[in-house]
Amino acid sequence: MTPARPPRAYFYATCLVDLFFPDAGMAGIQLLRQAGVQVIFPEGQTCCGQPAFNCGYWEEARDVARTQLALFPEDLPVILPSGSCAGMMKNHYPELFHGQPEEAQIKAFSGRVYELTQFLVDVLDVKLEDLGEPVKVTWHSSCHAVRDLGLKGEPQALLAQLAKVELATLAREHECCGFGGTFSVRQPEVSGAMVCDKAADAEATGASVVLSTDGGCLLNVKGALDQKGSPLKVQHIAEFLWERTHAR
Amino acid sequence: MHAETDILFRESAAKALLDPQLRANFRRAMDGLITKRKAQFPDPEDLQELRHLSTAIRSRSLLNLPALLVQLEAACTRNGIQVHWAETCEQANQLVLDILQAQGATRLVKGKSMVSEEMHLNAFLESHGIEALESDLGEYIIQLDGETPSHIIMPAIHKNKDQIARQFSQKIKDAKYTEDVDELTAMARKVLRQKFLEADAGISGVNFAVANTGTLCLVENEGNGRMSTHVPPLHIAIMGLEKVVARLEDVAPLYAILTRSATGQAVSTYFNLISGPRGEGEKDGPQAVHLVILDNGRSRIYGDPQLQATLRCIRCGACMNHCPVYTRVGGHAYEATYPGPIGKILTPQMEGVGVRHDLLHGSSLCGACGEVCPVEIPIPDILVRLRREATHQDPASSVAGKGTGRTDAEDRAWRLWAALSKRPGLYRIVTWFATRFGWALPSGAPLLRDWTRFRTKPVPARRSLSERMRAERGSHD
Repeated sequence: MTPARPPRAYFYATCLVDLFFPDAGMAGIQLLRQAGVQVIFPEGQTCCGQPAFNCGYWEEARDVARTQLALFPEDLPVILPSGSCAGMMKNHYPELFHGQPEEAQIKAFSGRVYELTQFLVDVLDVKLEDLGEPVKVTWHSSCHAVRDLGLKGEPQALLAQLAKVELATLAREHECCGFGGTFSVRQPEVSGAMVCDKAADAEATGASVVLSTDGGCLLNVKGALDQKGSPLKVQHIAEFLWERTHAR
Repeated sequence: MHAETDILFRESAAKALLDPQLRANFRRAMDGLITKRKAQFPDPEDLQELRHLSTAIRSRSLLNLPALLVQLEAACTRNGIQVHWAETCEQANQLVLDILQAQGATRLVKGKSMVSEEMHLNAFLESHGIEALESDLGEYIIQLDGETPSHIIMPAIHKNKDQIARQFSQKIKDAKYTEDVDELTAMARKVLRQKFLEADAGISGVNFAVANTGTLCLVENEGNGRMSTHVPPLHIAIMGLEKVVARLEDVAPLYAILTRSATGQAVSTYFNLISGPRGEGEKDGPQAVHLVILDNGRSRIYGDPQLQATLRCIRCGACMNHCPVYTRVGGHAYEATYPGPIGKILTPQMEGVGVRHDLLHGSSLCGACGEVCPVEIPIPDILVRLRREATHQDPASSVAGKGTGRTDAEDRAWRLWAALSKRPGLYRIVTWFATRFGWALPSGAPLLRDWTRFRTKPVPARRSLSERMRAERGSHD
């Protein structure tokens, strides 16, 4: 069942978008506003706790998660411009708080969590009008967005609405870019090999923009493409969608 | 964060990455296996249904494991199969040696068995003057070079045709140099035929052991499994104690998903159902059959409700075929009997989560392994759980080496992270500094140093989103 179209929703930036891709976060907020949703951006956002959780430091992750949970008291959707962080809040918070006093509260909270494109397509059913010039893009499907959170082609559905956007598929669309949070610095050689392959795959598509929905993948792939002096632009899908659909 | 314990896999993997031939061999082979598997599962719903069924069968078998093992022993004994129990690899090796020595056996042929690799059986037997010849083509190839398997299904997959051609011409007596695969195979076949006929005993693994009938199922493609278990007068089968299923009907779905997941075959060329030694009036089969059942840490894994899922594994290797890390570094980099994702969760549980902490962090948690696993082992979740076990001493936990992967440096890092992330006021100040002065951080700074070997330095935006939203709110007030 598609949830009712809510008039208001929370926006959770995630630490990487907040610090490295604020334009993408802003674009996500604008897309929601354009669709008639009043966006609440709570003060006091830091991190969802995923890095500590994934490394086994669950007490630390819980301490941080508690402070973030307190930012969303009303029964409204919580929208994140990241599949990975949304997966953390939706699927792993219940695990993290298993047997804790907040367990029931967490279950209710997790049910309200959405990744941005998921919310735009599955809940808002937005209709986009392409105002941009013809462009060829490629899509990197973040592992956590697809395998953990369970995105089912929502980003591609949004791109398909844009008349002048051609989507070129990566040869290994579903292969990890090698970010993996602390993996990128704990196993720098393997991570480096993976991101170099991803960068080469993106270049081979002939696209001029690489899109993704996760700050980690974006930072990683952009870093590798920039390092080799590639002209390819790397962009969060929210920013791309907003640029092409709003009248300037 | 670079604990001593993180280093083993990292260094081996880094070395493997420098070998372009190795990387090309693995990439080509894994791509082929992925394509073949995919072709076997054209309908995603059918695949999910078969996975759920297989998962249910394996879970149910584990749920009743102690009773099924007792039943298996009774049924095997009825069939004339002598059952032996080994808690450790040392015990299992000794059991095998005792059986061989009692028969005066000095030459044996082996079908493929990963449990025997786990036991380092060949080296043990050789140290007691017993020749153990691998008869699976891949195993034969690596044995010629004194190597260990780099993949659980395709042990010699790290080598290509040309490398094998060179190796055969050097190591097989009177062999001429050829790159023709059929000729190479024929060369190995000729050597092996003679060995099968001369062998005093054959050793094999077990894919499924059926509790109510006492049947040992063996899946193979080369006929060497059948030769090893039927031609010599003595057959010793070795299995991990998790391999048991309740009844023959359980085998069909598991077999169907095993061959499809492993090699992309609807059926294997051979499927052996071994139900005992040669009977009265029968023309072939060994005079005696023994079954050695090995624990080696499995009952400890069994004791943990979440980690028990590790034992559902049917050893298809699909997790490694689809793993972006394994594909690039190959199996030897893991420095373990079982490489790839399943090895990353199995090895630390067997050898200790502290000593093999390196494997636990050799994953980006991309989830490709869990996605293809035919028995739905949640490998990424188990990795995270084991990372927790490695760094924390939970009194209720039975995990081997719990808490021994903890380092002061990592402890401090996460405490600092939490102290910052749970105090929005402080976090705001730190991010303000990061946005203004983050660009000035030298690329050689810790962590950044590793990042910038392959990528440009990440530079924070001039103003964070939080700051911009605060400004927006301010302008509305």
